[in-house]
Amino acid sequence: MIVEIKEKIIEKMLLLIALSSISILALIAIFIFGEGLPLIWKIGPRAFILGERWVPSQGSFGILPMIFGSFWVTLGALFLGIPLGLACAIFLCEWTPPWAAIVLRPTMQLLAAIPSVIYGFWGLIVLVPLVRNYLGGPGLSILSGSMILGFMILPTIISISEDSLRALPPSFKAGGLALGATHWQTIWRVLIPAAKSGIVASIILGMGRAIGETMAMIMILGNAVKMPSSFLDSARTLTTNIGIEMGYASGDHRQALFATGVILFFIIMILNSSAIILSKRRMG
Amino acid sequence: MDYSIGMSVIGAEKDSMSQEKKIIIKNFTFHYNSLQALRNINLDIQPRQIFTIFGPARSGKTTLLKSLNRLTDLIFGTRHAGTILLDEKDIYDPKQNLTQLRRRVGFVFDLPTPLPMSIFDNVAYGPKLSGKTKKCLNEMVEKALRSAVLWEEVKDRLQTSALRLSGGQQQRLCIARVLALEPEVLLLDEPCSGLDPISTASIEETLFQLKKDYTIILVPHNIQQASRVADRAGFFLNGDLVEEGPVYQIFTKPRDKRTEDYVTGRFG
Amino acid sequence: MTQSIAKILIWMAALSTIVVMVLILFQILREGLPILHLRFFLESPKSMGREGGILSTMIGTIALTAVAIIFATPLGVGTAIFLREYTRESRISRIIRFGTDCLAGVPSIIFGLFGFVFFVIYLNMGWSILSGGLTLAAMILPTIICTTEEAIKTIPYSYREVSYSLGGTKWQTVIHAILPNALPGIFTGIILSVGRSIGETAAVILTAGSSLVMPTSLFSPIRTMAVHFYILAREGISMEMAYGTGATLILLVLFVNTVANGLLNRYVRHRS
Repeated sequence: MIVEIKEKIIEKMLLLIALSSISILALIAIFIFGEGLPLIWKIGPRAFILGERWVPSQGSFGILPMIFGSFWVTLGALFLGIPLGLACAIFLCEWTPPWAAIVLRPTMQLLAAIPSVIYGFWGLIVLVPLVRNYLGGPGLSILSGSMILGFMILPTIISISEDSLRALPPSFKAGGLALGATHWQTIWRVLIPAAKSGIVASIILGMGRAIGETMAMIMILGNAVKMPSSFLDSARTLTTNIGIEMGYASGDHRQALFATGVILFFIIMILNSSAIILSKRRMG
Repeated sequence: MDYSIGMSVIGAEKDSMSQEKKIIIKNFTFHYNSLQALRNINLDIQPRQIFTIFGPARSGKTTLLKSLNRLTDLIFGTRHAGTILLDEKDIYDPKQNLTQLRRRVGFVFDLPTPLPMSIFDNVAYGPKLSGKTKKCLNEMVEKALRSAVLWEEVKDRLQTSALRLSGGQQQRLCIARVLALEPEVLLLDEPCSGLDPISTASIEETLFQLKKDYTIILVPHNIQQASRVADRAGFFLNGDLVEEGPVYQIFTKPRDKRTEDYVTGRFG
Repeated sequence: MTQSIAKILIWMAALSTIVVMVLILFQILREGLPILHLRFFLESPKSMGREGGILSTMIGTIALTAVAIIFATPLGVGTAIFLREYTRESRISRIIRFGTDCLAGVPSIIFGLFGFVFFVIYLNMGWSILSGGLTLAAMILPTIICTTEEAIKTIPYSYREVSYSLGGTKWQTVIHAILPNALPGIFTGIILSVGRSIGETAAVILTAGSSLVMPTSLFSPIRTMAVHFYILAREGISMEMAYGTGATLILLVLFVNTVANGLLNRYVRHRS
């Protein structure tokens, strides 16, 4: 009997432990919303989200410039990351000679493991001067940020796209080739459309990663608080806004940064949920 | 001719003194979700005998065997009806201690499944879980290995990995593992499948030795093994117990035509 | 698009990825390796990091990572055991998995905000190793859950059946038959998390502070190597020191990554 009671206790304890991840998520939501929502209420959601001026010293908390900044940087990153990532995934799946796999795969794993501050640093030292000298502008720009960010989201896009391609039944490829298509035509017209939902899921996750990136963007984007008008402009994203000013913010200003976090949290949750739903559908 | 069995068969050639039955199965049915695996089984097992359950594939033999120590509880979506009595106590009684039941009724699987540990740790696994002391363990392991006719071969390498043993040795190890718990009943599900004839012979020999102290229920690898080894036999077909009786009668003068067809090889 | 053009483009894509990666590593290691001599590792930063070494930041990094691992491992392994051994697909398991997947997607800056308001302010721990470590623990939890689950998945069902048939209870089966065989996978998850913790900056800077002083207790504020690197680079304090710290970071991450992937390939992948 004692043994049975002990087993029951252990089972209950494990249940409690297993609820920790969802509890932490709830805690995060509660505390971030708790700090940020009052401010959004205070100045009004429209004024907050659509306001074009962010001047904390005057009590102006409009985050539209940051939303645009996040948007353009992410767009640029996807512009670079999707073709490059898809190409690498195809390469790993279909065209790898053995020696290339030995080189490319560890490279991919390394790509994912390098801290973002290293990427930011390199972007600052190498990329920013290049952009400044050849394309004009301060160099610290959306363009530079996009390029580095595009590179940083490669592992996400590559690994999930590759998995999707590999999960396809070999009959798809055999069927395509049997119909007289070249290897490339089979890939482009048969395999990729078949792996569509997995690839889209990888892109959505890459987007989430891009929107959430902070440190590298702080170092490269230039952090000008105005509406960006070209790719060579400096800008801020939702994340860099928080990262830069959190160190010295207080009172309303601090709450406004939490409010920025609330908006960010929403965007990421929507993106990640879509990705999860998409990949569940793909699995069957 | 249909012969439905409901009572114990008196006049077994061995052990006619003990009319007590070790296991009584009454009106037992079993379902895997919507699939019915056992239909209204009625069967008595006498102690210190080898009873063999034979029949074509998917007749419910393994299901019945696994029901006897409630290994079927591990599978989701099953249900049963009827009773199984061990020493006249219902094993499905909610007050029944499951771990105790499984220690009294030991199970040997069809493929040798040594755990990835040393020979000693494998055999001591069961006793250790029931809290035996270290000193006890040494004695119990030796006794079990001797009973399984494995001691001489492994006594000098008890600490080496069990995975290095041959197939026949591994299977005898699995028997020893079960014996270490000092059970009363042994359930063996095709214990010799995948083993060469020499290993098979040694295991069958072991079973003869064990019969003196244990009640043994065996699903044989083939009919020949059944007739070699068992005292009584029961023929299973599609979840029904068609007939049961002493081995010589079942295999030479079966009462049911289906038994006769199977035993003479008209279907397999 | 014809086959040959496509092939060339794809080869170019793969090669350029490798090339850029090499460029990045090469640049930092070339400038940074000469800085790395023993003094660099044995001295703490002096005059705001312009001179000296990175000792206190190394201690800080180790302490933070240790706290994170100590808290996340029991929680993560326990969750994985529960999901794999104590339930099947049900509402509870779906909720838990959803929570874990979402947690994995939360950006580090949000963790930083959370850690700040919850640990530093609400629980009054201040900027400290504890605050930073607990925040990091929340970040690495999904990884530990995932890798432990994968490890448990590779264990053959027969181990469980055997253990139960020998009279083992559920918990005994977990402790004696399952966990010992899942250890390599669990270990891999831990090492992967160590790599991640070493490089994490945004969440750490908001919760552990940026003090260069040697920590004296779990409640001391501390600067990790990654944070130090960031501050050096951004404030332009010392390029030399920045390169040195960066090189150390890269070498550490390289080492940890290689070990983790080596373990992964040897023990976890080939089983399945």
